[in-house]
Amino acid sequence: MQDRYPLAFKLYPYARVPDQDAGAPVRHPVVIVGAGPVGLSLALDLGLRGTPVVVLDDHEGVGLGSRALCFAKRTLEIMDRLGAGPDMLGKGIVWQKGRVFRDRDEIFDFDLLPEAGHEYPAFINLQQPHFERFVMEAVTRAQAKGAPIEVRGKNRVDAVKDTGDGVAIDLITPDGPYRMEADYVVACDGARSPVRSMLGLGFEGRVFEDNFLIADVKMTADFPTERWFWFEPWFKSGDSALLHKQPDDIWRIDFQLGWDIDREKELRPENIRARVDQMLGHSDYELDWCSIYTFQCRRMERFRHGRVLFAGDSAHQVSPFGARGANSGVQDADNLAWKLKAVLEGAPDGLLDSYDAERVMAADENILNSSRSTDFLTPKSQVSRLFRNAVLDLARDHPFARQLINSGRLSVPCIYDGSPLNTPDALDAPARSRPGAPCPDAPLGDGFLLKSLGAGFTLLALDCEAPESLPEAGVTARRLSVDTAVAPLIRDRYLGEAPTGLYLIRPDQHVAGRWPTFDEPQVRAAMRRAMGEATC
Amino acid sequence: MLNLAPNIPDPDGFYAELLGVHEGLAPEESHALNARLILILANHIGDRATLSAALEAARTSGQPRSGDAP
Repeated sequence: MQDRYPLAFKLYPYARVPDQDAGAPVRHPVVIVGAGPVGLSLALDLGLRGTPVVVLDDHEGVGLGSRALCFAKRTLEIMDRLGAGPDMLGKGIVWQKGRVFRDRDEIFDFDLLPEAGHEYPAFINLQQPHFERFVMEAVTRAQAKGAPIEVRGKNRVDAVKDTGDGVAIDLITPDGPYRMEADYVVACDGARSPVRSMLGLGFEGRVFEDNFLIADVKMTADFPTERWFWFEPWFKSGDSALLHKQPDDIWRIDFQLGWDIDREKELRPENIRARVDQMLGHSDYELDWCSIYTFQCRRMERFRHGRVLFAGDSAHQVSPFGARGANSGVQDADNLAWKLKAVLEGAPDGLLDSYDAERVMAADENILNSSRSTDFLTPKSQVSRLFRNAVLDLARDHPFARQLINSGRLSVPCIYDGSPLNTPDALDAPARSRPGAPCPDAPLGDGFLLKSLGAGFTLLALDCEAPESLPEAGVTARRLSVDTAVAPLIRDRYLGEAPTGLYLIRPDQHVAGRWPTFDEPQVRAAMRRAMGEATC
Repeated sequence: MLNLAPNIPDPDGFYAELLGVHEGLAPEESHALNARLILILANHIGDRATLSAALEAARTSGQPRSGDAP
């Protein structure tokens, strides 16, 4: 088995397992294909919930290259729940501001987190290998405490077959082939998903005709830790350029090269250095990693196919502008883990269909935003270039035009409006925390609200009574009481003008329903609904 | 609500002024000016439903009427 790419970190070396010597295929509740950021996050989430999970990867660690770089607040909050957040925050470069230039002139700036009272910042920049390493370290810590997670390196999936009551998986390893079975398979095997191909499933969408060059350079520089973007930059190294700071004195520079390029020529170090020299005005740096990429915006029609589910790039792909790739993949995992556990423990199978409904909605939102950004960056016709340049011309003098400048609308979590798991809003309170929304964080005591939510369902009782625990639909909701007189930002974000409020919060920290006070029949009905039980 | 009834008090004067700002411009400069003008006017209107109605009115009035000879 030859590696297809060099490794940055060897994290899960091949080891022979008893399954390979078993007479009959061993059956596992959940098998994840792909130990990337999405597969590992899902495995960690399942394992921490006590659901046995096996992760298969055809390599023994993380591939080289910074790749996914900008990790959003919601991803960090999920990682905090999974125990990897502090490591990521410690290593990552925190940022929240972006500036947009045309030629030499600054024409627009934005702040992605203009309010206080959040544990995690708007964004950190962290190279994907470090992200995966931190998740894997959290997996190792969880394993030490008994979490039933197994990661099998150099286990390549060669065939997947849904047999109706299970999934048969054929594997190849350095010791030869073996077979296993699973109740559910989750394909987290990337944009070229072999599992998707094995099942003959389509992946349709738009191809954008442009090439982008990533040059990661190592240097000491005192640019601020902001996202800087140039249209028609004065240094003429590309139609547009993007600068981001990474940990360890590495800077990501992204040049837009156009469609008709000689890829091999552009990747020659002397040609990359010529572009970087022009931008920086000096050559006092080392090239750390370079890559040319093109991209597509597309998704599978459905993310669930019987007992096989798709998450991350295998299910949907966007342009990098907006950081909506890895971030949305981690949110797929966040959405799926608790549902898989519940269905394995007897919840209706239809709960898994809500994964499809909610994450297809999120993918469409991401694809919409990403396509719009790309249409602005890469005008696809004369008239779209005409309007793009008109916006840039006007932006210098007129504030209204600045809001039309689109260099990437950065990842925010989807609000699952209209989800079958939502109970209609019954509280006159801020829209940001309506049913379907991810809970906004806020300070609580010496810590933060999100950290105080349980792993399962939570009854967030704001200045009202509620039982300590409420068993329903096979799960138990635990109460978290908050006196908002001493938690004013929780009041602002969850009550507004309402005097009291009772929130039912899902295990993935999305709001399932909210009411002025605890009304037991209504809350029980909402729990049944959120667990996928048809409501009458 | 998109107003398609006469609304400009001095129509001939406005029309002359519109042509006037294009005087001496190359076609691509005129196109660019028109694009800027559209964006300025769109922002002034602001109301999304009115803008959608205006886009639709512009789109359809450029097409041949049904029943017209081909």
